[in-house]
Amino acid sequence: MSAERMNLPRFAAVLLAGALFGFGLALSTMVRPEVVLGFLRFQDFGLMLVMGGAVAVTVLAYGLLPRLLGRPLLGERFHHHASAWNRDTAVGAALFGVGWGLCGVCPGPAIAGLGLGNWSLLWALGGIALGALVQGLRAR
Amino acid sequence: MNLTLSLFPLGWQHYLLGGLFIGAGVALLFVLTGLVGGMSTVFSSTWSFVVRRPFFQQARFTDSRGWRLVYALGLVLGALVWWLGFAGGAPQTTSVPVWQLLVGGFLVGYGARLGNGCTSGHGICGLGSLQWPSLLAVLTFMATAFLTANLVARWLA
Repeated sequence: MSAERMNLPRFAAVLLAGALFGFGLALSTMVRPEVVLGFLRFQDFGLMLVMGGAVAVTVLAYGLLPRLLGRPLLGERFHHHASAWNRDTAVGAALFGVGWGLCGVCPGPAIAGLGLGNWSLLWALGGIALGALVQGLRAR
Repeated sequence: MNLTLSLFPLGWQHYLLGGLFIGAGVALLFVLTGLVGGMSTVFSSTWSFVVRRPFFQQARFTDSRGWRLVYALGLVLGALVWWLGFAGGAPQTTSVPVWQLLVGGFLVGYGARLGNGCTSGHGICGLGSLQWPSLLAVLTFMATAFLTANLVARWLA
């Protein structure tokens, strides 16, 4: 949001978008580590449907909206995050997977879990915050 | 043998519907503000409020830390709506041991930030914008997650 100031409509838009995301995480039970670990142990393939559904909607949105609209309704331009394949991405993704396979919690559910009163997830949330801090302190 | 039941013993509708809601959130953020809404960056950008080191003071963190926190707040509220409105507000717990949550969480945070994305950043936004580096990242973390989860189940069960 560089050079684009936060105002009430944008605040409400971001909050509502986050709420849809969080509702979806809770409805799909991705906020329960047991369900995620069950997928990773090939006992329940539900996570594929969650990812598939979310990616399908996102492909349509990212592909069509910039062609249909000149600019976002409350913003100046459609952003694009280029991802790169390099050593950091490879090592980071591999470490992320080890952690995810150990706890069954990724960043979204760790945050959304607070809305379910599942206080045990605070351990994961604290771990993620600490990991992000150490990564930043080690980075050049 | 019922294939649907063996693949999805707990049912499949809530998974698909939940995924569509997640996609709708990412799409709504994009159509209204133009922003790309992965989740893990908030864990770096929020540190920029208190950590003065140049890494955390990069514009990509300081410029986005406000909306990313609002987005995270929305995540909590959306889950709260589901919990109170559709799940009866029954207390939720997890049987995953604390050390696994803490150590696993640390690796999740470190790895997601080193690799510039998590299940939503690379998985949903990266795949959603058809970027092959994100596909490689997803395949990489899926592979190490499968391996870890199964080894842990074998050793610690």
